[in-house]
Amino acid sequence: MNSEIVFSKYYGQADAAGIDAYIKNESGYKALPKAIEMGWDKVLQEVKDSGLRGRGGAGFPCGTKWGFIPKGSDKPKYLVINADESEPGTFKDRAIMAYQPHLMIEGAIIAAMTIDAHMIYCYIRGEYVKEAEILEKAIDEAYKAGHLGKNVGGKGYQLDFVVHRGAGAYICGEETALLNSIEGKRGEPRIKPPFFPAAIGLYGCPTVVNNVETLACVPMIVNRGSAWFKTFGPERNTGMKLFCISGHVNRPGLYEKPMGYPLMKLIEEDCGGIWKGRKLKAAFPGGSSSPVLTADECNINLDFDSLAKAGSMLGSAAIMIIDDATCMLKVAIRTAHFYQVESCGQCTPCREGTMWLKDLHYRLERGEGKIGDLDLIEDICNNMDGTTICAFGEATAWPLRSMVKKFRTEYEQHITEKRCPFGKSAHGH
Amino acid sequence: MSEVKKFGTAFYAEMDRIQRFYPNKRAMLLPALHAAQAERGWISDETMQDIGDFLGIPKTMVLEVVSFYHWFKMKPVGKFNLQFCNNIACWLRGSEELIHHAEQKCKMKMGETTKDGLFTISEVECLGSCGTAPVCQINNDYHENFDIKALDKVLEEMR
Repeated sequence: MNSEIVFSKYYGQADAAGIDAYIKNESGYKALPKAIEMGWDKVLQEVKDSGLRGRGGAGFPCGTKWGFIPKGSDKPKYLVINADESEPGTFKDRAIMAYQPHLMIEGAIIAAMTIDAHMIYCYIRGEYVKEAEILEKAIDEAYKAGHLGKNVGGKGYQLDFVVHRGAGAYICGEETALLNSIEGKRGEPRIKPPFFPAAIGLYGCPTVVNNVETLACVPMIVNRGSAWFKTFGPERNTGMKLFCISGHVNRPGLYEKPMGYPLMKLIEEDCGGIWKGRKLKAAFPGGSSSPVLTADECNINLDFDSLAKAGSMLGSAAIMIIDDATCMLKVAIRTAHFYQVESCGQCTPCREGTMWLKDLHYRLERGEGKIGDLDLIEDICNNMDGTTICAFGEATAWPLRSMVKKFRTEYEQHITEKRCPFGKSAHGH
Repeated sequence: MSEVKKFGTAFYAEMDRIQRFYPNKRAMLLPALHAAQAERGWISDETMQDIGDFLGIPKTMVLEVVSFYHWFKMKPVGKFNLQFCNNIACWLRGSEELIHHAEQKCKMKMGETTKDGLFTISEVECLGSCGTAPVCQINNDYHENFDIKALDKVLEEMR
């Protein structure tokens, strides 16, 4: 399996973000003229053939998504970059924008021209002020070099690119909420169908929403071909991937590995094992929305299909590692707290459910819980799962239900002993 | 555009720059709010009215958006706005101790501002800096691998 490092070579080097460094280091802006020469049907086919799946969380095939854009529509078409990166545990898009903004920009230009869009919006989360500044600078450079503007590639194609800053709302990572947010509305997800904004998207026009990392893969696929891309990772789960490791390992951080890389190898070899000589207790493999894995379940490969088969998900590849000195109820409290704060409040099961879940978890922590509370947590989760407009209901229900199921004894101890069995410093400090 | 200039030149320069990217004025609401908050520090009732007038939309439409997003402050914040992440990854690396320490040191609770208007401390959700947790965002800057020593130093320097 190919394990060449193609993404993260220059991370930590602030001067890598400029257009000159991109051209020198990464054969920058060679994919664009090549794509123009190939023609957009061939580019689309190449991206389809590469098997590239969306890096934002859902893992939807990128080429298929582009292919949904209706041909010959009179309406303007839009490409929107989802740089809202808010899934707890995720910090990969931030690195791409800080150190390789041009890789994403070139990918976005190719994507936009493939779907015949003349406008690109990059929706970046409000807190990423510095990254937005770096991006603005890179966009200016791309305009000056003629890769954006009135005459892209010398072919008279007009293409504009604007950074649109979000304002601190997790739900705006949901693509229809994101579109509403650009339109100047509350970031509430839209009712489906239509299931894809390719039909009715931004301002009611055909729209593709792609993640930052997904688009950053595109220039490499054009430059080196779909066959090369498929040398990384197992079938249906192709390509290199940025894994975000946080929590109780000796060396947390961003690791670039081929898809399908073993989780235990990543923890033990790359991250130097669990800190303080402790043992692995649990891991979230794909952000706080992914069902938790127990230590025994961590002998698994990191790709979309392997994790789905194990009842969890790769999500945004945000792997949070938890050691055996940590109280899982307290982890669940952080999770429940987060979803209660971030629920947009549109759907009753989510608005009410997140509130009750938070209260129930805090009650257990105070030592005031009843045995029936654990069934009640599961019951509330079951009633949120699949009953809301967007996937936020599942994002809340799945991790909380998995924790109460897999660590039930620990929850029960809080009830019977009326205190936390791990003591005050339950996160192991 | 409104005849009376309610905002500074930076606000209008930014609006002029981006106007061509948006098919209608309402879509400029978030950029306008960012520019206004950068100038005035927070979004007051009056600011909402000014933005509504500028974009030609009712003030209530501005309010429903401002109240949705955590980044827009609906009351004044201190000169130094310390936002502590307390989501899972930061919590696993000790954010709670930092939060307690900040509360004791500043003699106030999360979400409050010192009487002299110097500091605001608050708890926020995941900031996307989990590999270098815990993190605290002070105004626009991320302070990564933050600890009590660094927090004390920062509070000292800002006084």
